Amino acid sequence: MESASFEQAPAGAMAPAIPAAVKILVAGGFGAGKTTLVGAVSEIPPLNTEEVMTEASLGVDDLDGVEQKTTTTVALDFGRITVNDEVVLYLFGTPGQGRFWFMWDELARGALGAVVLADTRRLDTCFPSVDFFEERGMPFVIAVNRFDGDCPYTAAEIRAALDVGGEVDVLMSDARDREAGKNVLITLVEQAIRRNGGAGAALD
Amino acid sequence: MTYPDAPGERRTAPEAFPAPSRHPGLRGREGANAPPRRAHAAPEPSGAAARPPTSPAAVAAPAAGGDQGTGPLVRPYTVTGGRTRPKGTGLDMISLVVAARTRIDWRMLEPEHADILRLCRRPVSVAEVSARLDLPMTVVKVLLGDLISRGDVHTRAPRPAAEPPEMNILQAVLDGIRKL
Repeated sequence: MESASFEQAPAGAMAPAIPAAVKILVAGGFGAGKTTLVGAVSEIPPLNTEEVMTEASLGVDDLDGVEQKTTTTVALDFGRITVNDEVVLYLFGTPGQGRFWFMWDELARGALGAVVLADTRRLDTCFPSVDFFEERGMPFVIAVNRFDGDCPYTAAEIRAALDVGGEVDVLMSDARDREAGKNVLITLVEQAIRRNGGAGAALD
Repeated sequence: MTYPDAPGERRTAPEAFPAPSRHPGLRGREGANAPPRRAHAAPEPSGAAARPPTSPAAVAAPAAGGDQGTGPLVRPYTVTGGRTRPKGTGLDMISLVVAARTRIDWRMLEPEHADILRLCRRPVSVAEVSARLDLPMTVVKVLLGDLISRGDVHTRAPRPAAEPPEMNILQAVLDGIRKL
């Protein structure tokens, strides 16, 4: 039956070495291009999963003593980059809607860093993401998504508007472009290395 | 896009985030000469940086809004016999799982368990299993918990979140992205 090839696996393949998995978040307002960016750099077409968040997992147990049974479903788009035999990188597009905010903490746990996609048509939609990563002290970069090459502001103006610290990189980018996406991720990981003790400061 | 329950507003919840709303009056600025400015975040009290931006009131908001259909939220658990919690597996959405045995008695498996075992002949993440099987991650974690407890699946949890990423991992990720 369909299991044949599986059962014929060599005996030595009993327990393949399991790689380490790491993740980077891609955040931003609704329609900022999160899934587009994930798809541009992922080795697989972006997958969609959903997490059912229950009252218990949300830790809601203290609403005036009244037990609340709350359940909601959060959809996530993600992609994968096989770094090498030992490391797999996942890119998670985080829900842009404010009402999914409670999901972010679980998403952010253990993440290497985050890309905040800024949509210059609605720059304020990325403010919550910037606040979140800034407060967590997590490495993050601002990628200004230039829709059709149209960006009314310079990177300096965006930086000034967002009022982010000097350690936060601000890049002009294009979520559809693979090379631009790679550049955003490289910039982020370089920042993470710098923040992580500077051993990688002499990388280039 | 509007933020009827934007996080900045949620943070005004007294216990969680005393800071005022971060972006008042910034909507409708399209076409202005300067981009809307983010109000500078007030310094957090020491030790509060890692606090999740949630409060009971904020978390309850989605349910209170009543804009979620109820059907899909309940039905997935029929495949787990109503169980909503994995048994102490500590599975994360990027925990990698891989089938542990080369000989499987497929007749003894529930269809969903068999589906998972077919998917994880090579290491895959919980999130991928969830996406490929079109089951919520919570459900997949329960089913994987069954397989792990029976020794049918091995897992490797992500590194401890409290520790900074190891430099060799960061360097490997950097090299890997450059080679894309």
